[in-house]
Amino acid sequence: MATKLKPVDVAIVGVGLTGTIMAKELAESGLKVVGLERGHWRDTDPDFAMPYAHDELRFVGRHELMQDLSRETITFRNNAAETALPMRQLGSFRPGEGVGGAAVHWGGLTWRFLPWDFETRSRTLARYGKGQLAEDCTSQDWGVSYDELERHYDRFEYLYGISGKAGNLKGEIVPGGNPFEGPRSREYPTPPLKSAYAGALFKEAAEKMGYQPFPTPSAAISRAYTNEYGATINACVYCGYCQFFGCEMGAKASPQTAVLPNLMKQKNFELRTHANVARVNLDAAGTRAIGVTYVDSRGREFEQPAEMVLLCSYVLNNVRLMLLSGIGKPYDPAANTGVVGRNYAYQTPSSVTLFFEDRIFNQFMAAGGLGMAIDEFNGDNFDHSGLGFIGGGFFSAASSGARPIEVRPVPRGTPRWGAQWKRAVATYFNRSFPITIQGACQSYRGNYLDLDPTYRDAYGLPLLRMTFDRRANEHKMSLWLTDKAAQIAKAIGPSKMNVTPRTEKYTIVPYQSTHNTGGAIMGADPTTSAVNKYLQSWAVPNVFVVGASAFPQNGGYNPTGTVGALTYWALEAIRKRYLERPGPLAS
Amino acid sequence: MEKSPARRRFLKSVTAIGGAASFPVPTLAAEAHAQHGARGSPQTYLFLTQPEVAFVEAAVARLIPADELGPGAKEAGVAYFIDRQLFGGWGTMAKMYRQGPWPEGTPQQGYQSPLTPQQVYRIGIGEVNAHCAKQYGNSFSALTAAQQDEVLRGLDGGKIELEAVRSQFFFNMLLANTLEGFFADPIYGGNRDKAGWKLVGFPGVAAVYTAHVEQHGVPYDAVPVSIQDIVDSVAEVDEHGHPKHILLGRNDRGSSHGD
Repeated sequence: MATKLKPVDVAIVGVGLTGTIMAKELAESGLKVVGLERGHWRDTDPDFAMPYAHDELRFVGRHELMQDLSRETITFRNNAAETALPMRQLGSFRPGEGVGGAAVHWGGLTWRFLPWDFETRSRTLARYGKGQLAEDCTSQDWGVSYDELERHYDRFEYLYGISGKAGNLKGEIVPGGNPFEGPRSREYPTPPLKSAYAGALFKEAAEKMGYQPFPTPSAAISRAYTNEYGATINACVYCGYCQFFGCEMGAKASPQTAVLPNLMKQKNFELRTHANVARVNLDAAGTRAIGVTYVDSRGREFEQPAEMVLLCSYVLNNVRLMLLSGIGKPYDPAANTGVVGRNYAYQTPSSVTLFFEDRIFNQFMAAGGLGMAIDEFNGDNFDHSGLGFIGGGFFSAASSGARPIEVRPVPRGTPRWGAQWKRAVATYFNRSFPITIQGACQSYRGNYLDLDPTYRDAYGLPLLRMTFDRRANEHKMSLWLTDKAAQIAKAIGPSKMNVTPRTEKYTIVPYQSTHNTGGAIMGADPTTSAVNKYLQSWAVPNVFVVGASAFPQNGGYNPTGTVGALTYWALEAIRKRYLERPGPLAS
Repeated sequence: MEKSPARRRFLKSVTAIGGAASFPVPTLAAEAHAQHGARGSPQTYLFLTQPEVAFVEAAVARLIPADELGPGAKEAGVAYFIDRQLFGGWGTMAKMYRQGPWPEGTPQQGYQSPLTPQQVYRIGIGEVNAHCAKQYGNSFSALTAAQQDEVLRGLDGGKIELEAVRSQFFFNMLLANTLEGFFADPIYGGNRDKAGWKLVGFPGVAAVYTAHVEQHGVPYDAVPVSIQDIVDSVAEVDEHGHPKHILLGRNDRGSSHGD
């Protein structure tokens, strides 16, 4: 029997990147807020302290900061004709677990999506006509525009102290930045990171080819910065233990460095760790949330009544909780009806690795977001006529951390083991670098999330089932983009190159990116979106679902900058409109 | 081993003098620490039996052989590393989803074996040795290097079929663990004397690189530093706990630190 707790104003499920911001702002406005986090408390000291922070096996190989799959995982299949099987060990993506969520071990690339990304369908139809989109493509407009989000991108970037160079200030193109980005109201809060050798060579070659390279925006920041919450993020020391690690310097912006010092002082906020939320409880009519039920580390069940519930966990768990709780109609791909689980998408990453005989790159001197990029081949920044696909991705020569368990490039054709392999790895570990392409991924009728009929979590609840594969659009795009990147690589003059477009069937096994999107998408139409443009559930208006679960499809960028912007965007609607008059914010 | 505790203390005290330290000293100290991790010879094992140790040592010696470039996986203690990993949480799938049913699935669906890594090794080694006895009249570890390579190539690619575990699955696990053991911090028992890091030029625990990252194309030949070196104060650290790397091959060799 569940123990019924004292009611609160707001129950927040998941205390990561979005949950910490929501909690801080709402607690400060006078609401009683409870944050429910299934994992542990974690902080820079002692959890990421030297020298133990620099342990590649522990943090990358054994997933120290990531989801414990023994308790809960997902099942996966490429298409509905297959039987989905559990993801038994982490591979393709690495969700977090514990306070701070995946924003503890993230790489820190903090992009804005292009204005085009928010109007993918309407702009594609306007420029190219219906023939450009695959018949089963369900990519759509977001219901929110770049211009509406600009202030919120800005606020998030200033919260996290992002290092970068503006390319478009209020409509004016600024040399050295990304000329393709939407107009921004002001410069980045901190200047770009230093330039590594790989990026410098890429920049030189790209400029000679007429492209306009710029430093990638990074949350591992170039100099100490104090944000609006009074939290100080330190200067990055380029140690290279960044993505998949907690930062020992407090130099990577995260909930720990940017928000928690303030949040934990809020009198109206209570954090409960080891609180695994099993469902959102609804009233008899199913149109109003009355609280959440969670299980603690001793197996005790608690019912937390709340006036409002914010789902702020990872993409996959946001969608799963909606399905487990009956919030919104589950998506049915056969009938093409329902909304929860619809438009699951991902990313289409590819790469070109450059090998040299006589140049040393010291790629272990690095930061998650350190690199030079070009954006000529992203979104609709180039003419797609006759190409047979939509979308694109940014290219970058990144120095994000070369550690030898994970990063050991050898030229294609080298045996996987033995003396020849040993010679190649000894030669090229320090004489190679990659150009990576963060390819977009469209949404399709057959790619979706629902509840698995067979496999269950440690509490006996159904796992989330993922049905996903990339389509011809993504494969054609990846071939085309990777070829363009190979031309830049060639101009740099390597002795050998591995050109690796993404054209094979999607597999859950090798790491690709923790950029899962969709399943609880935002939109203007309640028949094709689970939440309205303010991330408010159409079906249960006192539930907001915050995160990349709201992306109708994924752009050619890392998603976190847009997740941060959507958080402040939804927060403003909650504070200024919803709290005044609780009820639907859109119709 | 030849390095007594007294010798170790001596090396530490010499290193602690700091400015007087020259390149061979930290290297020797590091060796002492690798032995420290291995707790002397003969090594003790927590999971693998002696015939299994013989198999793993022989196999990893072919996967990463000792040659003119330096020690191989066997010399780097990779069998010892694998034993420790199998004994611990990873070997028993502590953080993996373990509920059935267990159909084999597609390659895209990844790890679907009901066997723990402990069981994969136990069964895999037994079956490969049985194959070797039938084919060559001897266990794997007693075969010639050429025969061992033939067997490993047969497993890698699935030409040799095993009964209770897929041969490619077993081989992939063995190879992945070998690479981990060769390149992980020596505190796990492999990468002895930082052989893996020295081979590729990886400095291990990072220093502050702010002053170096823009020195494009300039080699950074640091004496690699392990977590143990810092815990034991063999490596000097800055106020944030980053080691001060000792750089080789520079004019200021021996006295300059990597910042």
